[in-house]
Amino acid sequence: MMENSRITGMTCPISISDYPEITMAHGGGGRLMNDLIGKIMLRVFSNPILDSRHDGAVIAVGEGRLAFATDSHVITPLFFPGGDIGALSVYGTVNDLAMCGAHAKWLSAGFIIEEGFSMETLWRIVLSMAEASMKTGVLIVTGDTKVVDRGKGDGIYINTAGIGVIPAGINIDPSRIVEGDAVLLSGDIGRHGIAVMAIREGIELESTIRSDLAPLDSMVRDLLSEELDIHCMRDLTRGGLASGLNEIASMVDSSIRIEENLIPVQDEVQGACEILGFDPLYVANEGRFVVILPRKNAERAVEILRGHDSGRQAEIIGFVEKSQYADVLMTSSIGSERIVDMMSGEQLPRIC
Amino acid sequence: MKYVSEYRDKESALKYTGLIRKLVKGEWSIMEVCGGQTHSIVKYGIDQLLPDSVTLIHGPGCPVCVTPIELIDQAAEIAGLANVIFCSFGDMLRVPGSFTDLLGVKASGGDVRMVYSPVDAVRIAAANPDKEIVFFAVGFETTAPVTASAVLQAEHLGLSNFSLLVSHVLVPPAIKAVLSGEDCAVQGFLAAGHVCSVMGYTEYEPIAEKYGVPIVVTGFEPLDILEGIHMCLKQLEEGRADVENQYLRAVSRDGNRAAIEIMRSVFQITDRKWRGIGEIPDSGFSLRERFAGFDAGKRFEVSSHEVDEPEICISGEVLRGNKKPFECAAFGKECTPERPLGAPMVSSEGACAAYYRYRLARER
Repeated sequence: MMENSRITGMTCPISISDYPEITMAHGGGGRLMNDLIGKIMLRVFSNPILDSRHDGAVIAVGEGRLAFATDSHVITPLFFPGGDIGALSVYGTVNDLAMCGAHAKWLSAGFIIEEGFSMETLWRIVLSMAEASMKTGVLIVTGDTKVVDRGKGDGIYINTAGIGVIPAGINIDPSRIVEGDAVLLSGDIGRHGIAVMAIREGIELESTIRSDLAPLDSMVRDLLSEELDIHCMRDLTRGGLASGLNEIASMVDSSIRIEENLIPVQDEVQGACEILGFDPLYVANEGRFVVILPRKNAERAVEILRGHDSGRQAEIIGFVEKSQYADVLMTSSIGSERIVDMMSGEQLPRIC
Repeated sequence: MKYVSEYRDKESALKYTGLIRKLVKGEWSIMEVCGGQTHSIVKYGIDQLLPDSVTLIHGPGCPVCVTPIELIDQAAEIAGLANVIFCSFGDMLRVPGSFTDLLGVKASGGDVRMVYSPVDAVRIAAANPDKEIVFFAVGFETTAPVTASAVLQAEHLGLSNFSLLVSHVLVPPAIKAVLSGEDCAVQGFLAAGHVCSVMGYTEYEPIAEKYGVPIVVTGFEPLDILEGIHMCLKQLEEGRADVENQYLRAVSRDGNRAAIEIMRSVFQITDRKWRGIGEIPDSGFSLRERFAGFDAGKRFEVSSHEVDEPEICISGEVLRGNKKPFECAAFGKECTPERPLGAPMVSSEGACAAYYRYRLARER
């Protein structure tokens, strides 16, 4: 209760009459979630490191810099085509650190497990985490385990937090984005969201769609090994490509222009989106990121990304342009232009 | 992607807009009836590709938008009851009633589930014999056959814990209501392709004849819509008023006989209130007497009360095609997709939501 708070004089900025309770849309990665974070968390916790709103915090320590990130994982089903909650919990944080240009070094793992959860399943999840951490060279060095009453959790929730080291000379900072910069996308979009949804909702598709879940650290490392002067990287998770690009645009007060025909989407994903009335631009990913860098270095960056399994379909999808508006514009497949807004809540399947 | 990408092709779009420009001499207003078409038009900026002398008027064809506010209140009340599992299509969950929406009921502890088909709700009923399962049956003639088959299935399984809150509505009476309006500016219609894939288009023929308006059965992809507009304009320029079929790959004149039959066996035609428009005679379905046991409205005692729409909201005018969303004082201010005042701001197929999402961002 605010009246008992030691911080006095602050009232809850999201009016109680608007949202007396948290809804699922507050966690959907769209505008409502941004509002929640911006008006409540950022406002109360505000400090220069947090306010930069990077995927992780960048902290100067002595001569060097560290990146620090955290990610909680709640997913149904726990196992899905292309991955599971274990791998997801490791890659999620490793990827957030990679977006700051950091090599992930150490992770913590916090488990909240529901009474009655299968020991065998827990074992499989832990093994998957071990494999993922081996692949990315990160060590799980501390942890915590809590058990909650049956019915008070959804099987298992995993939180990871990680620390990574940013090599000297790397300066990834969205404020360095300038007009004319190229926007790169590392691969096809929408697979994770559709893969998980198909299983969860029992939607039978002609072929199984696999999540794009993948560690991004090796791609990032290769990009950073050359002098490409990368201005910004962002991994695309909830809210999809559209929300990721809108967040970047709002941080730098520029407009990002993309071209629909250049954005790779697997046929099966496109088909599922057509049936459900979804727009792939807003569907979740777990192994895709955008890179913003000077136009002259874009071709080389694409070459590097395409040298990796999950970067084979990397494309230059657009450019940053000078504008009085901080938004995302898209040239549609039929040649017209439209605004790609941030998602409002969650995408809900359409009736017809 | 087959059957999709070829209907979103830039060269063909240019060809059609060229043909339209060459053809048009007069000033014409065409209404696309269906919200799915409105969504495509605004998303792809199709109206901006047309000559200034052609106006597209967005019609009342979003079933989510026109579901009466009283019925949404009733749904929310039933969904909040203990022992009820309330099933609904996804985009119905966010539609505001006078005190909450179904997502709000869910957040407060109600068991509200999103389903993709009413048949899923029957399955849930069979698996939960000690619970009451209620399906919110909304939609045009497109979803009504599946609702009907769910009722028959529930009857066949002998399920006594399954019921429906029915709000199915029909397209032709709505077209007649628009045409009968005093200030009707609509000169031609694009009829909804998916509705006609079920119903065929014979019932539109007397409307075209009586009111002297061309009606073109049209699909949903950008090129479908451009071709439908071209066909409609051609009739207008030539002074014809026929029913034509652009959506050949899905629609036949007689429609889907089996679907029509199953629908008629379960439902009877009734008067319905449309949100923002008012009561339209013979414009909806209700369960036939034989299936009255499946009527959630009768099974659950919930208060019914008339509710007034917020005064500032002009959704009625928008749904009748008399005004564009931009003409509303609340548009994008008090009324947003996060806090909708009126129904067209809710569903992605509503005209206000489509304008907000694809047009307004620069003016916010």
